[in-house]
Amino acid sequence: MEQIKIKSLEDLRKIREKSKDLSSARSGGGTTVIIGMGTCGIAAGARDILNEVMTELARRNLDDVAVQTTGCIGMCQDEPLLDVIRSGHRVTYGRVKPEDVALIVAEHVVNGRVVEKLAIGRAD
Amino acid sequence: MAIFRSHVLICGGTGCISSGANEIIGSFKKELARRKLDDEVLVVPTGCHGMCEMGPIVVVYPEGTFYCKVARNDVPEIVEEHIYKGRPVQRLMYEGTGEMPVVPHYKEIPFYGKQLRIALANCGYINPENIDEYISRGGYEALGKALSSMTPVEVIEEIKISGLRGRGGGGFPTGLKWSFCANAQGKKKYVICNADEGDPGAFMDRSILEGDPHSIIEGMMLGGYAMGADEGYIYCRAEYPLAIERLKNAIAQAEGYGLIGDNIMNSPFSFHLHIKEGAGAFVCGEETALMASIEGRRGMPRPRPPFPANSGLWGYPTNINNVETWANVPQIIVRGGDWYASMGTEKSKGTKVFALTGKVKHTGLVEVPMGITIREIIFDIGGGILNDKKFKAVQIGGPSGGCLTEEHLDTPVSYESLTALGAIMGSGGLVVMDEDNCMVDVAKFFLEFTQRESCGKCVPCREGTKHMLLLLQKITEGKGTMEDLVTLEELAYMVRDMSLCGLGQTAPNPVLTTLRYFKEEYVAHILDKRCPAGACTALLEYRILQDLCKKCGICAKNCPVHCIPGDRTSGYLIDNDRCIRCGTCFEKCPFGAIEKK
Repeated sequence: MEQIKIKSLEDLRKIREKSKDLSSARSGGGTTVIIGMGTCGIAAGARDILNEVMTELARRNLDDVAVQTTGCIGMCQDEPLLDVIRSGHRVTYGRVKPEDVALIVAEHVVNGRVVEKLAIGRAD
Repeated sequence: MAIFRSHVLICGGTGCISSGANEIIGSFKKELARRKLDDEVLVVPTGCHGMCEMGPIVVVYPEGTFYCKVARNDVPEIVEEHIYKGRPVQRLMYEGTGEMPVVPHYKEIPFYGKQLRIALANCGYINPENIDEYISRGGYEALGKALSSMTPVEVIEEIKISGLRGRGGGGFPTGLKWSFCANAQGKKKYVICNADEGDPGAFMDRSILEGDPHSIIEGMMLGGYAMGADEGYIYCRAEYPLAIERLKNAIAQAEGYGLIGDNIMNSPFSFHLHIKEGAGAFVCGEETALMASIEGRRGMPRPRPPFPANSGLWGYPTNINNVETWANVPQIIVRGGDWYASMGTEKSKGTKVFALTGKVKHTGLVEVPMGITIREIIFDIGGGILNDKKFKAVQIGGPSGGCLTEEHLDTPVSYESLTALGAIMGSGGLVVMDEDNCMVDVAKFFLEFTQRESCGKCVPCREGTKHMLLLLQKITEGKGTMEDLVTLEELAYMVRDMSLCGLGQTAPNPVLTTLRYFKEEYVAHILDKRCPAGACTALLEYRILQDLCKKCGICAKNCPVHCIPGDRTSGYLIDNDRCIRCGTCFEKCPFGAIEKK
């Protein structure tokens, strides 16, 4: 690979933008996505959901989204569970299927519109 | 580009490496690969987090969970439980008190609560071996700003407004120092980073060098631009191999981007940077000795003037600043001098990094705003005295500083307040002492260091420190007289006032302050032949308390010099003529029947 040279403040900022991901996971991110990865969640396919979330975020280059995992919260019948916390509001989606992830990311994470047909709970 | 959902930060400072951090890094990588998590979780070796005593430290983001004393066996559990299943491992978290028995997050730990990190902002947060991480946190933005929109005079003005003062100990206003060098005439100029940190118990410079080398490089380049210097040296002791390795790597990466070199960012400014490895002589921290060492001569100071700003390295105008001073510069340029000046006291602005060591619960590195009290540093951040013993004194400023006592604990920390009490800010070493420390012994310890490190060029320092040390030895052996005390004080003032450089001028400080605040301990050694703290072995005596003694013979069996004659019927006695005062009997006695005095 040819060595990039920084020839101006703009060049520097381009590299800064490109390397944003290097420290963005450490600053918390603007929006948080939490996937239930308790035994119940994993059994219901949460691992695939997590993979799908990562693929979707990478595809859309959304690097200020913090992706966390969490344990069993007791709603095992509705796993896999996926929570989105955006502007302080927390919405829980239940029985999420891998093909739902793209929709949740596009609608809720990016545009802030809750996907009503999948939402099963909210907390502010 | 793949996005990593979680970052595992593992402290790769010298402290944590010595407690096994490199193994932890290896096992994390192995374990993540085994669970096929390696393309979504990033392992980041960082610089020092400061809480070295709790190392190796691991911080897992995005949650910011702080794990202490992580062992290799803990790694599979963290990966499986926390990273995979989202259940943070409570037993490895910081142990809190009262309502908060475990403290999961970085910021809630009292050690970090009162800190304000500017020079250490990136230490423990970024990977010091990757320039892109530094840039992602706004690195080299200050250089870009200065080169594209500020004149050299404006850069110096900004530093003047900030009120930044030399963090190596002298406390000379940095902006003023820069303007001297900027105004000096010379066809070539140099900037130097003094990284010859050598005081016992000090490691703040090392941590910045290891944890955030680019901040020093950027600071030096800003200085070079402001003063018209196109070449710089980092003088770092060879005993800091990791710091040197990371500096070399950082310089190479900056050169790769063209950030160090000719016509930086298409401006007329060019800059080249070298590392000079020092052999680790304390006196080479003195600027004229340091320059002599770079030039290849023996590291000895010379009288000033001429000051380095006019005639420094190879006779050219030179500016020397300490590591921490340089590390503050980029943020001052980006955020403005007023921002920096808004912190601290009237004459001491900004923050200072202290290395907290000795008999304190949480040893480590702390950065606090100027004006904080010593009590807050030792008790709130440091957690108080080890084993809940009684605080006795704190040595501030390393071997060149002085001892302060309980009554000074509420003194706000600033250059002026510490000097007024007989101590100095120094480079920021804080050695905490408890009731078991003998102050005469402490003074002797620090003087032994400065005496050994004296370069021998000027008589007051070479001979004076030697004779002061002999007097202290005499006193700790119980052979001192009251007259010795007068001679000691007289010598101390002589060495202080007549030595050529800072080493000699400050070497008597530990003696002078202990004489000032703990004179009764000196007197006890001389008149009562007694060491009140029980630390000076020559004055100790061990005795068996016959009414508590159960005649078990454990003391006699363990005595390395067989000086406890007796048997299990008639009892035991310590033969004090042959006793070497090792304290083994005292420690081994199961009934507390041995008295030490």
